[in-house]
Amino acid sequence: MELLSGADMIARFLQDEGVEYIYGYPGGAALHIYDALFRQDKVKHILVRHEQAATHAADGYARASGKPGTVLVTSGPGATNAVTGIATAYMDSIPLVVLCGQVMSHLIGDDAFQETDIIGVTRPVVKHSFSIRHPSEIPEVLKKAYYLAATGRPGPVVVDIPKDMTAPTERYEYVYPKKVKLRSYNPVTRGHTGQIKKAVELMLKAKRPVFYTGGGVVTGNASEGLTDLVKHLGFPITTTLMGIGAYPQSDRQCLGWLGMHGSYESNMAMHHADLVIAIGARFDDRVTNNTSKFCPTAKIIHVDIDPSSVSKTVRADVPIVGPAASVINEMISLIQGKEISQPDALAEWWQKLDGWREERVGKLYEPSQEGEPLKPQEVIEAICRATRGEAYVTTDVGQHQMFAAQYYKFDKPNRLITSGGLGTMGFGFPAAMGIKKSYPDDDVVCITGEGSFQMMMQELSTCKQYGVGVKIINLNNGSLGMVRQWQDLNYKSRHAQSYMESLPDFQMLIESYGFTALKVERHEDLEPALERAFADKNELVFLDVYVDPREHVYPMQVPLGSMRDMLLSKTERT
Amino acid sequence: MRHIISILMENEPGALSRVVGLFSQRNYNIESLNVAPTEDPTLSRLTVTTTGDDRVIEQITKHLNKLIDVVKLVDLTEGQHIERELMLVKVKALGAARDEVKRTADIFRAQVVDVTPNLYTVQITGDASKLDAFLQAMAPVGILEVARTGVSGIARGDKVLSL
Repeated sequence: MELLSGADMIARFLQDEGVEYIYGYPGGAALHIYDALFRQDKVKHILVRHEQAATHAADGYARASGKPGTVLVTSGPGATNAVTGIATAYMDSIPLVVLCGQVMSHLIGDDAFQETDIIGVTRPVVKHSFSIRHPSEIPEVLKKAYYLAATGRPGPVVVDIPKDMTAPTERYEYVYPKKVKLRSYNPVTRGHTGQIKKAVELMLKAKRPVFYTGGGVVTGNASEGLTDLVKHLGFPITTTLMGIGAYPQSDRQCLGWLGMHGSYESNMAMHHADLVIAIGARFDDRVTNNTSKFCPTAKIIHVDIDPSSVSKTVRADVPIVGPAASVINEMISLIQGKEISQPDALAEWWQKLDGWREERVGKLYEPSQEGEPLKPQEVIEAICRATRGEAYVTTDVGQHQMFAAQYYKFDKPNRLITSGGLGTMGFGFPAAMGIKKSYPDDDVVCITGEGSFQMMMQELSTCKQYGVGVKIINLNNGSLGMVRQWQDLNYKSRHAQSYMESLPDFQMLIESYGFTALKVERHEDLEPALERAFADKNELVFLDVYVDPREHVYPMQVPLGSMRDMLLSKTERT
Repeated sequence: MRHIISILMENEPGALSRVVGLFSQRNYNIESLNVAPTEDPTLSRLTVTTTGDDRVIEQITKHLNKLIDVVKLVDLTEGQHIERELMLVKVKALGAARDEVKRTADIFRAQVVDVTPNLYTVQITGDASKLDAFLQAMAPVGILEVARTGVSGIARGDKVLSL
């Protein structure tokens, strides 16, 4: 029997759980834990420069690897700084375990120094949270935290740890709990066979079917199965922003992604479909536009692991609650040996789809002419070429995020790492850092804008400390592009607070950390700069790319319209 | 439509705030709420009355079920059920009104549980509408204070909400 202090139990548990990196920032209430981490060398702690970055870094790692990320912060401001990152993970269903120091038990409620009710503060943005009430509970509570974070519909779990629970003088028995059980938590392991049969029947006789798949396919490791299913049926597929890459985008059957800034052909396909097969997607308002005009002629099959996602905003005709992978596999086995009953209708449907696709070829944006500023879309296409479409691409939020999703072509899941649900500016850079630490041999590119980057640029210092070789491409348009776009469209171009005055000289700023930075203002400088940026995988390189500030993201759905109501450019509308 | 949802949940600190928080976070309505431990000290039973159309009620029950602290729940209004609420009322009881209060209490099968020279404290149980009716009847006399427990309920027949 081994006796350990609460703090040593935490360090030991993290080792036994196989945690490699933990992102955090020390402070009074967490010091016993920090001391325990100091006295071991298996779990490596990465010291960020702001707790929000710790959550985004752990989140980025979790998205790329599919395993829970781990964060350690102190009480009060340490914990509240982490809240945005926790909410970001919550909205995108990312597994995260956030360990928060807390003031000593006897001080709780007294408004003690650096005291915050972090369980209360985070309650609406966590999958669950725990407060440690006795040191001996630590192993089991932590195991529960990791179990809850990673299973079912994943999400962040907060563990609040009062300082006295980790006191070095009090020692208790430590055993690593290999398994835990919670009587009230039994995530479904398979879908209802009768419902799946019903869905397959509808699929086999559909005339204008379309798959609409989301982040659930990515987090549920169902990409391979999905690809088989879609190929087998020969149906078109569109994904959500979070689902990008779950089906190879270079394949003919992929229409791109859908929704507010989704592709013309995706949104047209959804509007005209007679069957929508939604898997691991949640009919988010950025996807459906006006739900009362959504897919007026379609029956809807909805597969989701979370029952509360089904029929939440759009009623499903065939609801199936279950994990994407197992439901898809069951669908595949039911379809084996069967033929679709409407091959002619499907061929006709493809003619329509190809027609929509062709309509927009060469019209997606106007490439820049000699002497004009670069178009952001061109920059993304160049990044895609420079990385052969194989990089981990993180983004911040705004126009550059949409351009990155539109013009970088993803053939693998977990490659576009973006804050889809919460839309958190500042996410991209620390997320890239978290990915690069765990995937040092891969290219990790943060596509950002000068607005977003300035929200988390203090992490340059962390990258310096740990030699994190991420590539940062700053699409610099001197303004908050998406805000400006909305102001152009809805506020007669009154650019209230969307102009970024007093920008730093990014090149000098980056160089002050000892990194390489290049300014790209002209066409001919772009390719060589990218070549330079990706020359060495271990080196952080920053490209400050000046792009046309007048550019808008299109297509853009018309508010309150149907899926097919879109602005296609500054002058075209469906 | 009014619904009565009974929930068995872990008798843990913070569990109640998760349930209540869910209602405010998702813009659902709570009309009344009561909660107490059950015969199994690890479980509490919480009963909430709420209103909403079928879609809203479906979402409420799904989201409640998703809470890790919620072990089991039932929408009592889906079937035959018994609904009770307990109320304590202090009413003025002076002069002629003193007899009138007692008579009315008898009609409602309420009991006078405390007495002073100036007032009666009356205890009454029943469904919410009966309690409302009693308050209406007492209003002319002068109601000084009301304490209601909120609705509690249980299914009729053999149906049991337990683990």
